Amino acid sequence: MDSMFEPLHMSRRHLLQLAGTAAAASALPLITIRPTQATPAMLTSAIRNLVGEAKVQIGKVRLDIPPLVENGNTVPMTVSVDHPMTADNCVKSIHIFNEKNPQPNIANFHLTPSAGRAQVTTRIRLADTQKVVAIAKLSDGSFWSVSVDVIVTLAACTEELP
Amino acid sequence: MPAALVNVPAKAKRGAVIEIKTLMSHVMEPGYRHTAAGEVVPRDIITSFTCRFNGAEIFRADLFPAIAANPFLSFFTTASESGRFEFEWIGDNGFVATASAAITVE
Repeated sequence: MDSMFEPLHMSRRHLLQLAGTAAAASALPLITIRPTQATPAMLTSAIRNLVGEAKVQIGKVRLDIPPLVENGNTVPMTVSVDHPMTADNCVKSIHIFNEKNPQPNIANFHLTPSAGRAQVTTRIRLADTQKVVAIAKLSDGSFWSVSVDVIVTLAACTEELP
Repeated sequence: MPAALVNVPAKAKRGAVIEIKTLMSHVMEPGYRHTAAGEVVPRDIITSFTCRFNGAEIFRADLFPAIAANPFLSFFTTASESGRFEFEWIGDNGFVATASAAITVE
């Protein structure tokens, strides 16, 4: 750690790196090992956590993502559910999952009957060419899903900082 | 003060379905990236977004690291009465930001 005694040559970046090392060293016993990529098994278990034993039917949900994405850092995504939004018959929530990002979840959207239309738009990150899954939970307890394949040429999430 | 952009129509007909668009400036550091020295950059994301109308929750989103930087969210609501929308973003490291917008329903 000689460099600590040469403040003249120390840039802010070096200082931050040193601080980071110290923090990492002190937190060492608490570190849990995580895989760098979610596997289809993690996707399956994330969906299982949401739906439990219920059957997931295909249909009703529409997921609009460009099929070919140049930059995985911002991918526009619109999810909509073809279902009425009335007080006793509505879409409760919409859940977005992926196959190969470090984590299987992308977002959960909780809706109310006053929404009028079950549609949400956001921008997501995709770390690889993969499948994106949307699952809608209706007020009657049924689950509906759709999955879309997306080709990503520049991956997000895990790259090295410049 | 973090910068929020909120787009709500100022006026709407009663019963019309209107679109609400929100944009919050935030790095959304996913916590999986490394510096050149090999250290993990700690996670710093917005984890929750809530929209309330006259105090009642109308839309809520749980966000994960897979949401792009400067999270953009657009959703719909039915214009039932005049009032005020309140938006709240909550995130890591004590991040809290709010915004609001008024609507006149006629």
